[in-house]
Amino acid sequence: MTAQKSFFVLGEVRDGRIHSVTRELTGKARELADSVGGRVTTVLLSGGLADSPEDLFRYGADRVLSVEHPSMTLYNQEIETNVLAHVLREEQPEVVLAGATTSGRTTLPALASKLETGLTADCTGLEMDLETGLLLQTRPAIGGNVMATIKTPERRPQMATVRPRTFRIPEPSERKGELLTPGIPAALFESSIENLGFDRVEDGAANIADMDVVVSGGKGLKRPESFRMLEELAELLGGGVGASRPTVEAKWMDYPHQVGLSGKVVAPKVYIAAGISGAVQHLAGMQTAGYIVAINRDPDASIFRVADLGLRGDLFDIIPRIIDRIKTEVNSR
Amino acid sequence: MKIAVLIKQVPDTDDVRMDPEKGTMIREGVGAIVNPLDLNALQAALDLKAASAEAAEASSSEGTVITMGPPKAHEALRECIATGADRGVLLSDRAFAGSDTWATAKVLAAAVEHTGPYDLVLAGEKATDGETGQVGPEVAVLLGIPFSTYVTGLSFTEGKIEVRRMTEEGVQRQRLPFPCLLTVLHALNEPTMPTLAGKKRARRSEIPVLGISDIGLSPEETGLKGSATRVVKIAYPTISRSTEMYDGKRADEGIDRLIEVLKDLAVI
Repeated sequence: MTAQKSFFVLGEVRDGRIHSVTRELTGKARELADSVGGRVTTVLLSGGLADSPEDLFRYGADRVLSVEHPSMTLYNQEIETNVLAHVLREEQPEVVLAGATTSGRTTLPALASKLETGLTADCTGLEMDLETGLLLQTRPAIGGNVMATIKTPERRPQMATVRPRTFRIPEPSERKGELLTPGIPAALFESSIENLGFDRVEDGAANIADMDVVVSGGKGLKRPESFRMLEELAELLGGGVGASRPTVEAKWMDYPHQVGLSGKVVAPKVYIAAGISGAVQHLAGMQTAGYIVAINRDPDASIFRVADLGLRGDLFDIIPRIIDRIKTEVNSR
Repeated sequence: MKIAVLIKQVPDTDDVRMDPEKGTMIREGVGAIVNPLDLNALQAALDLKAASAEAAEASSSEGTVITMGPPKAHEALRECIATGADRGVLLSDRAFAGSDTWATAKVLAAAVEHTGPYDLVLAGEKATDGETGQVGPEVAVLLGIPFSTYVTGLSFTEGKIEVRRMTEEGVQRQRLPFPCLLTVLHALNEPTMPTLAGKKRARRSEIPVLGISDIGLSPEETGLKGSATRVVKIAYPTISRSTEMYDGKRADEGIDRLIEVLKDLAVI
């Protein structure tokens, strides 16, 4: 008999908290495993967990492997790679998924190289080919204008990173599972890389990749001060402010806010583009957002082609009206 | 200080326009440039070189740019030499064609070993065409050296290198021993432009072209054969959505619709 196919998710733990991408990918791995009859294991590496790892059973994990060690309190790419390589060599999974976060995009290529296998970055689609039993990994290429479907025919595991918020987090079920704490050789927690510290960014609004709502501005704002208006709107919506490359180059906004090929790729629930014409390089950074609103004077602006809702007109008139309407809505509750 | 900078020639995305009918990219006539983040890696190498020159070891300081690509990729190397790199190495061979990131990493790692040793290997965090960001870490593992990614600051202390890496929530500070590999972000520095004298030097520079046997790889290790992944399908999605348009006169209606959507999505 052939062994059950094994699907692994590398969870993401920040400051002891299990990041939502872990639930998202555990849910996706469950779906993949169910299509071919397999089991799901989520691995958590941390310096100590503040959240309950058992919670992941409810999102589809059959097993959670938790490795806690003080050397992993802050992210250490060398230790993560070595510990995971050890675990995966023992477990021999078919598939390994991780979030396409700064840590996932650092650990996974190192791990793939160590295990001498393939890796597909930033997948937006994952499914099992029922004929071949292979994982079909679909990702946008050339700025999202081409979708490439990739497979790893021979080498194992088949590995992919997925941008957070690509898949829906499933509704939690009553599923139960097994929590394991595998023994890891002590030498694997040694590293030539010293972690000196972590400085949290005060400007939390710049963390737009993790936001449900992003309100972005372009040169149509005419003046750097006009970003205040977008900040107000973003704050009302619990979101962050993005910026087109020309506004960042003109120093109206800082680089961490830049959306596009040379900045951040965001996929919020709602993306509002104000005064952005929609250069290919910008569209590549936001066109996978759930719902896109474009506000622009120019009816031919390419941003309208990717928008679900287009408001053609003067943004200096439209945005304050949106702000007022939202305030009225919120206050009337 | 011997530094290798791994670069890639990419299509100039500023040149790219969309075909309004098909919603696909018009790639004909698009120019080629050095991948923008690789210029930040090069600048870091030039800055480190200048710093170690002050520390009176100028003679031993050298920056080498390495690229894998078609024969015309020598243009990208010459641009880097014009900006201040000491030499360029072009890895070009039919056997490299069709390489995925891992197969590419094997070629680059072999070239680093063949042309080195180096104290430091630098690269852009990702290229604007493939956007995988995988080659840097893959090369580091093949070389068996420590690495860091998303670097926005670096400095030397006590024979080691200190980096600042930008994550989703802040800046992580790490210290790495030499040799190591770093992938860098735009915020690290401002790349300088090629100089006239540099351009002259670049034109005269001999750029060695290394093939598969020069770097000691076998055909099974690289190109399509040496790749772990295969592209099975390419689709050209039309990026247009069905847009509900509201123009000036109907702005109120449009705003009503927006509020409705924001409520539906539980944003407000």
